[in-house]
Amino acid sequence: MSRAEIFNRIRTGLHIGADDQQRREAVQQRLQARAANLIPQRAQLPHDACIKLFIQMAEESAAELIELQHRSELAAAVEHWLSENGLTQLVMASDENLQDLQWSGNGALVREERVAEAGDEASLTNAFCGIAETGTLMLYSGPDSPTTLNFLPDNHLVALSASSIVGPYEEAWQKLRSTVGTELPRTVNMITGPSRSADIEQKLQMGAHGPRRLAIFLIREE
Amino acid sequence: MEVTSQDFKKNAHIALHDAKLQRALGNLKAGFPGKRAAAIARLPEFDALRDQARDLKNHILAHLDLYLEEFENNVTAQGGTVHWCRTAEDARKTILEICRQQDAKTVTKGKSMVTEEIALNEYLEANGVTPVETDLGEYILQLRNDHPSHIVAPAIHLTLEDVAEAFHEHHQRPKSDDPAVLMQEAREMLRKQFVAADVGITGANFLIAETGSTIICTNEGNGDLTQTLPKTHIVVSSIEKVVPTLEDMTLFLRLLARSATGQEFTVYNTLSTGPRRTTDQDGPENFHVVLVDNGRSDMVGTELQEMLRCIRCSACMNHCPVYGAVGGQTYGWVYPGPMGSVLTPQMIGIENAGLLPNASTFCGKCEEVCPVRIPLPKLMRHWRDKEWEKHLTPGAARSGIGIWAFFAKRPALYRWLAQSSNLFLRLVGGKRGRVRKLPLAGGWTDYRDMPAPSGKTFMQQWQERK
Repeated sequence: MSRAEIFNRIRTGLHIGADDQQRREAVQQRLQARAANLIPQRAQLPHDACIKLFIQMAEESAAELIELQHRSELAAAVEHWLSENGLTQLVMASDENLQDLQWSGNGALVREERVAEAGDEASLTNAFCGIAETGTLMLYSGPDSPTTLNFLPDNHLVALSASSIVGPYEEAWQKLRSTVGTELPRTVNMITGPSRSADIEQKLQMGAHGPRRLAIFLIREE
Repeated sequence: MEVTSQDFKKNAHIALHDAKLQRALGNLKAGFPGKRAAAIARLPEFDALRDQARDLKNHILAHLDLYLEEFENNVTAQGGTVHWCRTAEDARKTILEICRQQDAKTVTKGKSMVTEEIALNEYLEANGVTPVETDLGEYILQLRNDHPSHIVAPAIHLTLEDVAEAFHEHHQRPKSDDPAVLMQEAREMLRKQFVAADVGITGANFLIAETGSTIICTNEGNGDLTQTLPKTHIVVSSIEKVVPTLEDMTLFLRLLARSATGQEFTVYNTLSTGPRRTTDQDGPENFHVVLVDNGRSDMVGTELQEMLRCIRCSACMNHCPVYGAVGGQTYGWVYPGPMGSVLTPQMIGIENAGLLPNASTFCGKCEEVCPVRIPLPKLMRHWRDKEWEKHLTPGAARSGIGIWAFFAKRPALYRWLAQSSNLFLRLVGGKRGRVRKLPLAGGWTDYRDMPAPSGKTFMQQWQERK
């Protein structure tokens, strides 16, 4: 049996005898401590500076940043973005953070809460948090946030609360564990800018298989 | 894929005279090293992170069995299944069996070097399952019936014209030489495949013991569509990729993209943990992790253990003068460049791959840029020793070294010979200080002049300064 053979070979190679209590303790200790390794200075900033760095890094990754004062402005801003880009269709998550938005209902916008399908023009989801270090969004799957919304439509629109922005990735892991526990949801997505590829002659092209555009609606106050 | 590592010299000769390949390799040299340097300049902690990454990998390898156990327990606890495969053959059969259970006709694939290593595509095809590569580079290669020449940028050996031709032939559309148009074509063609596939296969950059998660780091988003849309997600990875915690994974993520493409962070870093939950609206219903050994456990506890630190960033090949001159396919198997010259002999045998650890100038650049500080030149020397011990070193090299050893063991004779040849070369070099042709050194003088020695020998200078 492959499993026993592989483990045997590893243990033989490492000269492990019958008693390896010390090794087991070292491993359990590391697993339980979940200690951070070196965190770059760049990511250790006061919250205001983190927001600034997030914006800078997200724009560098070719994400579009739309700043809003209140969540109440979100629906109008999304409608505006879509109509400016000639889009009339939006699929969105049934996320509680996206409920009770003041949609104008004007115009031809068809808005549905469902999973994404091939051919969808645009999606709207709510980010769990933003990571300033590299301008990265963190989202995760759940009953109200299907993963296909993050990858299948041509345009991905994301609502992000400024208050949820953290400095380094490590803070995002802590925040995630304190929200969902130590058992992770099926998927956690870290997204930094829109899809791209440089596979043809190393020339960077935007919009490979994921969204061609990533628009982040950064909400300053809730 | 057919192994042609034995033909490295012939392959190299062809590659050096292939003008198109040389143009394509120019793109690599003009791109990756500069981008990496720029990214590192923005992160003053980079070298300190490398030290930590080396030490953490050493800790993981010393406890590899235990972290793998923990990983397996947590995958199982989340409703997934781990399959252990000692050989490439085991892995192929295991994957086919899962596909058959799902009655799969087509399988979409994210980029995975381990599936190249186990020659999965050929096997699936021969058994009635159609694999569809979805990474743009891999897709191009599949259309051309070609193989990757680089572990991160698989189609780096091709030119725009090659891609345009392949697409024109297979897509039945007007030929375009605009990379943006070509990429959109691939996007449209593959969209239907993503939706239609029964099984999605991805690799994994890391396996996280703490949570039983796997992670892929991609820029295109193809890996995410591959694993989200089909009913079954199979992760094919190898045993050395396990890390203890999310925090530990983070250490490697900070190094990976910067070392590879010079990006601050890869666009999509996606953790997968088990199949879809009962309340989830999408995602795969089945989650399998196929863990491939294929010679890796044999490296544990040996001099080669350090190679198991490798995180497949490609920095070593991006900076290698030999890789830059001959390209990846010259190496004749899946893993090219310095990391390949160490791994390939382990996986296909030193008797088939002996030329690879010899195809190095030992300039040390690979070790210098390695994010986990693998002493690649030292490990290539290890294989040269093995080759020598097994009497695989070619006769000419063997007798050459024998002749050198004869003189080296007789210092007076050695010095006399060094002084005389110094004098001889200086005479032949004349005023120009260069030698046009030299017996037995045609390999050098056919292509360039040999500079004649301009001063005294080392020993003469040493004596004078003592």
